[in-house]
Amino acid sequence: MAGIEITGLHKRFPDGTVAVERLDLSIADGELFVMLGPSGCGKTTTLRAIAGLERQTEGHIDIGETRVDDLPPADRDIAMVFQFYALYPHMRTRDNIAFPLRAEGLPEATVRERVDEAARMLQLEALLDRRPSRLSGGEQQRVALARALVRQPQAFLMDEPLTNLDAEIRADMRTEIKHLQSRLGTTMAYVTHDQLEAMSLGHRIAILNKGRLEQVGTPMEVYDRPATLFCARFIGSPPMNLVPVSLDDGALRTTGGLALEPPEGIARGREVVAGVRPEALELVASGDGATPARVVSEEVLGDEVIYVVDAGGHDLHVRMPPASRFAAGAAVGVRHTGAPPPLYDPDTELVLA
Amino acid sequence: MGAIHAKGMRKAFGDVQALDGVALDVPDGAFFVVLGPSGAGKTTTLRAIAGLEKLDAGSVHLDGLDATRAAPAARDLAMVFQNYALFPKKTAAENIASPLRARKLPANEITAATQRVAELLHIERLLQRRPAQMSGGEMQRVALARALVREPRAFLMDEPLTNLDLKLRVEMRTELTRIHRSLGRTFLYVTNDQVEALSMADQIAVLRAGAVQQVGVPREIYERPVNRWVAGFVGSPRMNLLPCRPEGRELVGEHGWSLPRPPWAMGESGRPLLLGLRAEDLSLERRDEHATLGGRLYALEPLGDRTLVDVDLGGTVIKVKARPSVTGRPGESLSVAVDLDRAHLFDAETGDAIPR
Repeated sequence: MAGIEITGLHKRFPDGTVAVERLDLSIADGELFVMLGPSGCGKTTTLRAIAGLERQTEGHIDIGETRVDDLPPADRDIAMVFQFYALYPHMRTRDNIAFPLRAEGLPEATVRERVDEAARMLQLEALLDRRPSRLSGGEQQRVALARALVRQPQAFLMDEPLTNLDAEIRADMRTEIKHLQSRLGTTMAYVTHDQLEAMSLGHRIAILNKGRLEQVGTPMEVYDRPATLFCARFIGSPPMNLVPVSLDDGALRTTGGLALEPPEGIARGREVVAGVRPEALELVASGDGATPARVVSEEVLGDEVIYVVDAGGHDLHVRMPPASRFAAGAAVGVRHTGAPPPLYDPDTELVLA
Repeated sequence: MGAIHAKGMRKAFGDVQALDGVALDVPDGAFFVVLGPSGAGKTTTLRAIAGLEKLDAGSVHLDGLDATRAAPAARDLAMVFQNYALFPKKTAAENIASPLRARKLPANEITAATQRVAELLHIERLLQRRPAQMSGGEMQRVALARALVREPRAFLMDEPLTNLDLKLRVEMRTELTRIHRSLGRTFLYVTNDQVEALSMADQIAVLRAGAVQQVGVPREIYERPVNRWVAGFVGSPRMNLLPCRPEGRELVGEHGWSLPRPPWAMGESGRPLLLGLRAEDLSLERRDEHATLGGRLYALEPLGDRTLVDVDLGGTVIKVKARPSVTGRPGESLSVAVDLDRAHLFDAETGDAIPR
């Protein structure tokens, strides 16, 4: 196992498009590292450069102690997983798992040893002689995962492996990947455009936008304090409320009159944008001393209710417990209950405090 | 003027029974959502109501009149699809007006209708722009305006938000709710996304394999699912379902756990059951008055406003909703408090809920 060091990675395609712009990333040995961003952000190009499927224009990649810039993919000792493809229906579990090893032409004794080990790790021993039709959905997923893991590489590179699965199986697979990675301790670089997947899986997340790094941090770091307005918009659903505020008399106020807890050290009179998570706001009965607002919509999601309220011309998302009952059109009060929100410079789009 | 009553709708395509006796009762002005996985018969239901699919059996009544054999145009329904292509060379105003021009309405009526729908969607300032000068979200609104510019009896919508990214989808959910309220017209909306259904619908019909499983307001569907299948399909994360068996005063699980038997399940004999527990009705914080399940930490999944804790009960992994700040290491023992007042029980064979 090994860490991955990316230094000044730059990729310009022949048509002049810059896919990755002088990117520095350091993935620790044993880390589950997620690269997150919308399509075109450079995440897949970066992953393909690590795998050796794409030759960078400039910069270096080290896997463990080895500089791999000039090594072909097969000599980099990594496994690239594109998707968890369906299992071969006519093959038993044992043969499904063995498939990539036999394709590599490994001796049958080694194949058997590796398959048994993967089966033990994933608790599939009792199922080795069954065909997929006799496995439950969860068992099939474990077999697919075993097939990906059986090659025992230095690191796994995963490019949106869950994208084409049903929402239900995707959630289960997420759990399995997270659990297994923590047990195996293998370095994993994982690419996705799904912020929920990134949050739930990653030890750390790198958020990329137009080939540039916007932020690296643990899930809670990027959630609580997005480094840029881009990250603030990208992480969390419903997204962070981004509201223009000014600092007067020691209080942060939105134009709608909503008072926010101000962080320390912000110059007065300055126009900034505050990032307020929907769960840091609450609705109360109108006239309770809170900022007046009107309910635009009520989304009952079972374990929570998401309200959109209009507070002085700004739509705010508010996350409330399932028992709350405010009808659309109702006059309510809204107030801030959380810690001081991060503030952003509207020109540079960077976090100030 | 937009009530839809469908009864006993049946439709087969070759060997596949797409609709197996579907009944829908959509009140005038409702935001009615048909929810189900792909292959459940949602689109066929919508197409049958629109008159685009001929039924093998059953009837469709529109505002009390039998429309089963009426031509699509005579039904006065507007279909809204996923496809949002705009004419690239036309301005937003011309794009929006195109369905009215096709019907050869007088110019002043067309202008008035275009203006009205542009105001509704907050796109007045875009009216003179062409698609190339708009963002993705703006094009989406213009396309929706074009779909809404007519004033039909009802709008039939087939997964219109499917191809949008998450952020736009969340925005458009709010927008559609607001538009529905201001138009006051019937929306019959089909989706496989339970969040869309819960968030927008007045009423939801859950469809599976060509048959309606349950009809109700979102809270009912979430809080009182009629069978294990609705329970598992609605809600994210999906409901934990644990095989168990009533024994005396206890429910005994497959992997040896036991919990007090809920009083409303006392009548059940020894037949196999499924205990349904939602992640938010489980807790890692000790509450002595509650029943508990012992297990080991399997994985932690931070989601920002909450963290899902996966707990291995010895072969079955359940999800528990916890505070974002929760920590732990895989393998450590945990005790999960169960709010049995909020538990569900299903017959393991039929899948039907055991009534309280």
